[in-house]
Amino acid sequence: MILQGLTFYLFAAIAVAAATMVVSARNPVHSVLFLILTFFTTAGLFVLIGAEFLAMVLVVVYVGAVAVLFMFVVMMLDINFVEMREGFLQYMPIGVLVGIILLVELLMILGTATMSPEVMAAGTEPIPDLAQRQNTAALGDVIYTKYIYLFQAAGMILLTAMIGAIVLTLRQRPGVRKQVVAKQLARRREDAVELKKVQPGQGI
Amino acid sequence: MDDLLKEYLPILMFFAVAVGLSIVIVVASMVVVPSHPDAEKLSAYECGFEAFDDARGRFDVRFYLVAILFIVFDLEVAFLFPWAVSLGKIGMLGFWSMMVFLGILTIGFIYEWKKGALEWE
Amino acid sequence: MANPHDYATAAPEIFLALAAMALLMLGVFRGNRSTRSLCWLAVASFAIALLLVFQAPAERSVSFAGMYVADSFTAFVKAMVLIASGAGLIMSMGYIRDEGMARFEYPVLFMLATLGMMMMVSANDLIALYMGIELQSLALYVIAAFQRDSLRSTEAGLKYFVLGALSSGMLLYGCSLIYGFTGATGFDAIAVALKGQEHAGIGLIVGIVFLCAGLAFKVSAVPFHMWTPDVYEGAPTPVTAFFAVAPKIAALALFMRALIVPFLAISADWQQIIIVISIASMLLGAFAAIWQDNIKRLMAYSSIGHVGYALIGLAAGSTEGVRGVLVYLAIYLAMNVGTFACILCMRRKTGMVEGVSDLAGLSKSNPMMALALAIFMFSMAGIPPLGGFFGKFYVFIAAMNAELYALAVIGVLASVVGAFYYLRIIKVMYFDEPGEPFEGPMSVEMRAIIGLCSIVVVFFAFYTAPFVASAEVAAAALVP
Repeated sequence: MILQGLTFYLFAAIAVAAATMVVSARNPVHSVLFLILTFFTTAGLFVLIGAEFLAMVLVVVYVGAVAVLFMFVVMMLDINFVEMREGFLQYMPIGVLVGIILLVELLMILGTATMSPEVMAAGTEPIPDLAQRQNTAALGDVIYTKYIYLFQAAGMILLTAMIGAIVLTLRQRPGVRKQVVAKQLARRREDAVELKKVQPGQGI
Repeated sequence: MDDLLKEYLPILMFFAVAVGLSIVIVVASMVVVPSHPDAEKLSAYECGFEAFDDARGRFDVRFYLVAILFIVFDLEVAFLFPWAVSLGKIGMLGFWSMMVFLGILTIGFIYEWKKGALEWE
Repeated sequence: MANPHDYATAAPEIFLALAAMALLMLGVFRGNRSTRSLCWLAVASFAIALLLVFQAPAERSVSFAGMYVADSFTAFVKAMVLIASGAGLIMSMGYIRDEGMARFEYPVLFMLATLGMMMMVSANDLIALYMGIELQSLALYVIAAFQRDSLRSTEAGLKYFVLGALSSGMLLYGCSLIYGFTGATGFDAIAVALKGQEHAGIGLIVGIVFLCAGLAFKVSAVPFHMWTPDVYEGAPTPVTAFFAVAPKIAALALFMRALIVPFLAISADWQQIIIVISIASMLLGAFAAIWQDNIKRLMAYSSIGHVGYALIGLAAGSTEGVRGVLVYLAIYLAMNVGTFACILCMRRKTGMVEGVSDLAGLSKSNPMMALALAIFMFSMAGIPPLGGFFGKFYVFIAAMNAELYALAVIGVLASVVGAFYYLRIIKVMYFDEPGEPFEGPMSVEMRAIIGLCSIVVVFFAFYTAPFVASAEVAAAALVP
């Protein structure tokens, strides 16, 4: 139990520190690396509350794919980050003010929050006992049948994302040579190689 | 709950060892190594000249396209795990529900294939 | 569990999703040459979806584990959304051909956005609400940046995307707080959890505030309106026409359902939020537009103002109020589609023009178009006996009956100020020295759209009673 508490505070502290570094790091590539660290520690926190599947998806999807995407975006943008940061101080007071307001709101909520057992039990889909049904399986039990509407909607959203990415970034460049596998395979020896008898002492 | 976390204990220990070991290695090599830096040693070297500009070049937008298409299919795979685990319980509806989902994404796949988004020029 | 009946209630959405995928496949195998026929096929799909919407039984049916609701309210709103999308697509055809952006994804993205809007209208759960909004927004971001070689269009898409993502974040934060404090995501379940409560706890109120902030962004109500003028100005004109109508109708319908169905018991708590953003939107819409010379920017501010008037009905929170909003939105649809069809006809040899001053002397060079535009402008200003007057009339009545006198008075004052810039356009068209006339004859589709919209606006007074009665039925489905 103590170990659990210690791990929580360790992960939480690292997550907050890394998140701070994400916004304050001078080099954007470092920001992305700190973002990955944040994802990892958050995954650790998810494990601590028993949300195994979410933790693993966070590692697979966010660390594995989203962070890579961010890296590409950072490398793709030709922005002088030092210049961009110059405006930072100017806007900081407003940003800090908004942050403080949000923090105060959060504290107000925390002050009045009561986790009553009735509310926990009234959840639309109560979490089954982990000993009875594993986390991943418990999710699988409802996603594809009870929540089929949302599941298919997610499919449509992914399709839209695909179309959008292609529409906005794909360009057909004229005059580029592409590899045509079928053409390569269809090439026969006779098309490419010609044997010539070379007489000794003469050129071709 | 506790049982679940016990299963993860080895991973935690592994992390602790990994972090500890890497700190030891870095710190030890910093302490032990003989180091006499001077201005010439520390300067960037490029064929005898000072470095001309930033080493970072701009990436092509095509990398981004590949990454985002990868994310889409990565998410699709993430949805497959719980489905595979609880397939026995969710019956025909669950099975066909996933087939429809895969169908939607296959439409997207055919689209991007025909558009040539997967080809590298 | 989902049963066959569930799929029958969601038939319009399912049909539209399948049609969008079929069109995508057709497009990718036939290439960009087929864009025009795909556009017509998409319009046909909207028409079929409209039939499916009307063919559904009128009584309220909740399906897919409480995620999806179909009743006469959703039917009414979906009909408006589908008509708006169809009109938007028909208006686009000439433009995308002339501007070289006729790629087959265009109608497909329109259909996906419309699908998202229909899901928003039918959402009966916080998660379904979010999925609908995301599907719609994602497609709209892409459509806004569709003219990707134009800096303005790309900028519009980027701005819309960044701010939209921020608002989605706020919306999600609000949803999670609401879920945390009521233990339910379904609208009906939340209503049950809050039954008998006089006032909400502070946590729930913060949740509702964030939900309202996210939704106010989607309907572009002040103070979450910043993106609207820039996006409207930068996006290709037919896309702006689409943005100004269909997503707004869907988002306002969602706004009404998301506040009235779950939180009716604590309506006093959210009413004040709506009153404030309604007043702010009306005033900003009235004053900021005065100085605009770009007609697309002007329409953006005008639409912010119209959202303010529509929100008056929501603030009333009664059947009458919802009825007022529905009537308002229907008239708004006709006025805006007509106005944008006129704007799309503002083409000179050098390309599209969008300044108010370019309209100078239109009454001489193209009297029919000038007349139509004058009708729309008079209607937007709320001058009887045109349609716009009735729209405003019904929301103001609702506000009076809900004892929101100040709101109604401010609304009337704002519409007096707003009338100024609508009348200015009429003055420019009829009394200024003519400039170079616009190019060429208008296409048949444009003529048809402008004609139809003018007829709807001018003769609204004659069929007000049956129309308002059907809006009343729809509103009664939402407010018990």
